[in-house]
Amino acid sequence: MAPSPLRGEGGGVGREWEIVIGMEVHVQPRTRTKMFCGCAIGQLGDPPNSNVCEVCMGLPGVLPVINKAAVEACLKTALALNCEIPKHTKFDRKNYMYPDLPKGYQISQYDLPMSVNGVLELDGRQVRIRRVHLEEDTGKLIHAGDKLHKAWESFVDLNRAGVPLMEIVSEPDIRSADEARDYAQALRTLLRTIGASEAEMEKGQLRAEPNISIRRYGTDDLGVKTELKNINSFRALHRAIEFEVKRQIEVLESGGTVVQETRGWSEAEQRTFSQRSKEFAEDYRYFPEPDLPPLELDRVWIEDLRRALPELPGSRRARLVSEYGLPAADAASVAADRDLADLFEAAARASGDNRRTANWVIGEVAPSGKFPTPEHLAEVVTLVATGKITRDQGREVLAESINGGGSPSEIVARRGLAQVSDPGAVRAAVEAVIAENPKAVQDYRAGKVRVLDFLVAQILKRDRQIDRSLANDLLKELLG
Amino acid sequence: MSELTELTIAEATRLLRLHSISATELVAAHVEHIARVDPQVKAFLRFTPELYEQQAEEADRKLKREQGGLLTGIPVAIKDVLCVKGVETTAGSQILRGFKPPYTGTAVGRLFDEGAVMLGVTNCDEFAMGSSTENSGYFPTHNPWDLDRVPGGSSGGSAAAVAAGEAMIALGTDTGGSIRQPAAVCGVVGMKPTYGRVSRYGLIAFASSLDQIGPFARSVEDAALVLEAIAGHDPLDATSSDRPNDVRRDFDKGVKGMRLGLPREYFDVEGMEPGVNAAVREAIKALEKAGAEIVDVTLPHTDYGLAAYYIIAPAECSSNLARFDGVKYGLSVQDVDNITDMYMRTRRQGFGTEVRRRVMLGTYALSTGYYDAYYLKAQKVRTLIKRDFDDAFAKCDAIVSATSPVVAFPIGSRTEDPLSMYLCDVLTLGGNLAGLPGISVPCGMSQGLPVGLQVLAPQWREDIALRVARAYEVASGVKAEVASVG
Repeated sequence: MAPSPLRGEGGGVGREWEIVIGMEVHVQPRTRTKMFCGCAIGQLGDPPNSNVCEVCMGLPGVLPVINKAAVEACLKTALALNCEIPKHTKFDRKNYMYPDLPKGYQISQYDLPMSVNGVLELDGRQVRIRRVHLEEDTGKLIHAGDKLHKAWESFVDLNRAGVPLMEIVSEPDIRSADEARDYAQALRTLLRTIGASEAEMEKGQLRAEPNISIRRYGTDDLGVKTELKNINSFRALHRAIEFEVKRQIEVLESGGTVVQETRGWSEAEQRTFSQRSKEFAEDYRYFPEPDLPPLELDRVWIEDLRRALPELPGSRRARLVSEYGLPAADAASVAADRDLADLFEAAARASGDNRRTANWVIGEVAPSGKFPTPEHLAEVVTLVATGKITRDQGREVLAESINGGGSPSEIVARRGLAQVSDPGAVRAAVEAVIAENPKAVQDYRAGKVRVLDFLVAQILKRDRQIDRSLANDLLKELLG
Repeated sequence: MSELTELTIAEATRLLRLHSISATELVAAHVEHIARVDPQVKAFLRFTPELYEQQAEEADRKLKREQGGLLTGIPVAIKDVLCVKGVETTAGSQILRGFKPPYTGTAVGRLFDEGAVMLGVTNCDEFAMGSSTENSGYFPTHNPWDLDRVPGGSSGGSAAAVAAGEAMIALGTDTGGSIRQPAAVCGVVGMKPTYGRVSRYGLIAFASSLDQIGPFARSVEDAALVLEAIAGHDPLDATSSDRPNDVRRDFDKGVKGMRLGLPREYFDVEGMEPGVNAAVREAIKALEKAGAEIVDVTLPHTDYGLAAYYIIAPAECSSNLARFDGVKYGLSVQDVDNITDMYMRTRRQGFGTEVRRRVMLGTYALSTGYYDAYYLKAQKVRTLIKRDFDDAFAKCDAIVSATSPVVAFPIGSRTEDPLSMYLCDVLTLGGNLAGLPGISVPCGMSQGLPVGLQVLAPQWREDIALRVARAYEVASGVKAEVASVG
C-alpha cells in the first residue's frame, strides 16, 4: 500500500501520536425495491415483517435476482468517486448464522467488487477509496427486556432484510476526527448530488464505521485498530473518534496493548465499549454465490451513466467561487446540496445580485428546507435590497409565496407592505422607545451592548414596517 | 391392475379428448392402484386429495370445453424437494416437518398451468443427498421390481411411483445423478436437462450450481413432453436461460449418420457389473444397427470427477442448509440455554447422518486455509471436466454409456459405507459438473432387474439426447413396463 499523501494535525491530542483512520461507510442506495426481490423498501416504523416475501425471508427454495437500480446507484457512486470499474464482477456468500440473517449467509461481494481504486476530494485534500461494492442488509432483532443476555424472548423483524447497501471503503488516509467527519459529510453531499442515495444518517441510510489506530509519528507501520459501530450522527462520529483515540493513547502510554476488536459507541454514556473481540474472529467461508451468474457490466451503459452524472460538489464549489464571486465558505454551503445550488444559480441569474442571493439561500432557504421558485426568491432579494420592504417582511413574503400566495410583488401590493424610511417617522419611534425604556438605556450606556437588540425589537413592535438598519443607526446615534 | 395406470401421456390424452374417460376417472384409477401397491412400495410421503380432486374436476371442465393443455388430466407425482403452496414440503427431512410453503415453485406451477393433476409428494433422500432413498428422514422406498431392493436415489420415490404405475409421470431433481440413476434401476425414463433449462425457483437447494429439475416417465416422448412443459426462462431464477425451448424438434429422425461416443473411462469404471455391461453393449449394437456410427472418445479426468463433486456439492450444501436454524420454520428445539445451543440441538435432531456429514465436509472445504486446496482445486477440476466433454463432443454428437454401474442393490447393503454409495453416481455426476443434458432409458435386464442406458448431449442439445433415446426405444422395442408389485 502506498503511504498516505496526508499528514494530519493529530486531532488536538498529543503530538507524538499520529491518528490513522480508514472509513467503512454503508449507504442505502435510492431504490424502490430490495436488493434481490421485489419487496418495497418501506419506512422506518412500518409494522414488523410487513415488507417481506419468501425471498427476503429466506424460505426454502427461493432464489435472488439482482436489482438493476441498485447496481446503477453503485456504478454512479463509483464513477463519482473516480473508481475503476472492472470488466467482471460477482457476488459472494458471507456465511454466518444469526437470527437476523434469514438465509444463514449474506450476499455480498468479496474478491471482485463492483469498483476499486477511487478518490474522494476533501476541500483540496484527497482520501483514497479502496472499493465500492453492493450487498444486502440484515433484519433486526427486538429483545423483550433491556439487554440481549437478559432477554426472555426475542423477535425478528425482516423488513430491513435484503435492503440494498453500498459499502464504501476508504484507505487509512484520514488523520483526525475532523477529517473523518468532513469525509462522511462530503460523501453524503456527493451521494445526494448524484441521486444515488438520500444518505440520511439519522434514518440509517448512511452508517459510518471508522477503523481507528494510532502510531508514533515517523513510523509507517499501522497500529492495532479498533472498529467503531452504532454511530448515528456526524457529531457522534466526531466524538466517538475523539474518545477512542484518547482511550488508545491511554492504553499504550500506560504500557498496555490495544486489542483488535469491534467497539460500540454509547450515545448515552459518550464512550466506546467492547462489543466483540476479533481474536475469535468468525470464518465467513466466502465463496461465489452460485445462484447469481457473474456480471459482465455493459461498457456502453457505464459510459452513459458517466455522461449523465451531474456536476459534482467539488467542481461546483469551485465554480460558485469563480463564476459568482462567492466566498469559499458560502460556496461550500450552497454546493452541499444540489437543489440548493440549483436554486441559487437560477435566482442569482434572475436577481443579478449573487452575494445577497447566496445570503438568502444559506440563511433562509437551507434552514427551513422549503424551496421557493428561483424567480420569487430573486424578487424578494431585489425588494429587500432596494429598500422596498424590510428583511423581516421579506422573510414573511417569501414564506407566503412558497405557500401559494402568489408572487412577492403581488403579496407586497395586496398587504400594503412598505418600508418606513422617512427619517422623521423613524426618529419619532426611536425617541419614544428611548423614553419608555430608561433601564435598558442605562444598561446600554453602562456597556451592555446586547440591549440594543431589545430596543430595536421595541421599535419594530411599534411599527413593523420601519427600516431596521435605519432604526439601528439612529438608536446608536442618539444613545452614543 | 387397471389399464388406465399403464397409459402414456399420448394414449391418455387421446382417451381424455375423445371423452372415453374423464380426468376424474383417470385419477381415481391411480388412487385405487396406489392404495393397493404403495403400502409395499412406499413411494409417497403424503397424498394431496384436496389438490387432485379439484385439479381433476378443473381438467374435466376444460376437456369438456376442448381447452386442454399439454398435460390436462395427467396424474403426476412431485418429489418432496419442490415447493407447492399449502402442501407440506420437507425435502425428506425431519427438520422441515410440517412446513407448508406459501408459494408454488416455477416448474410445478408450469405443470399445473398445463393441466397436470398432482397426486402427492414422493419420498427422497434427505435434501436429495443419497443414491438409494434410504437417507429419507421418514422411511425407505422399495424398488417395485424387487421390494427388498432400493429404488435408487435421491429421487427414488418419483422413480418407483412411475415404475409401479402409481403416477403416469413425476418430477425429480438431479444434482449428481438423482433422476437418471433411480430411473435406470427402476426401469423408467428419467431426464436431467441442461443446467439453466428449467427454473430452480421453488426447488429446495442441495447444491445450487448442480441442481436441476427433470421428468420421470415411461416413454421418451412423455419425458420430452414434460420437459417442454416445465422448461424456459424464469425471471425469478437468474441462472435460467432464455434459449428456445424446441427440445422435440428432431425427435423422430433416428440416429442414422449420427456419431455416438463411447468414453473408455465409463466402461472401465470400478464396480461395473458384467450384466449391466452386457445389456449396455447390446443396446449400443441396436443403435449401430439403426445407423449410428460408434466412435471411441475419452474423458481423461473422470477419476477426479467424484472427488471434485464431493467437495463442490457439500460446500454449497453447507451454505444452503444454514437457513434451517429453528428460527423461522420447521423444527425448533425449545428449552435451550442460548441461541448457539438452539442451533446445535435443532440441527442435530433435525438432520440425518448423511446431511450432517456433508454439511461438515463442506464447511471444512470452505474454511480459511483450506479453501484453495479443496474448493478452488475442485472448481479447477470442474473446468477440466467441462473441457473433456467439449473435446469429446468435437468427435461425436452424443455420448452413450451405462447410467449406473450396478442394478438396484439390497436395502441396507451399502448404508454403512458412504463411499460405495457415492460410487453409484460415477457415470452421472460428470453431466452435472459440466451442466449437460442427460437421459436414462431402460435397456433390458440383468439378474431380473432393470438396466439403464445413459445418453449425454452437449449443453442445450436436449433434442439430441431425446432423439438418440427415442431411436433406441424404437429400434430395440424395449419399453418401460409397469412393474407388477406384490
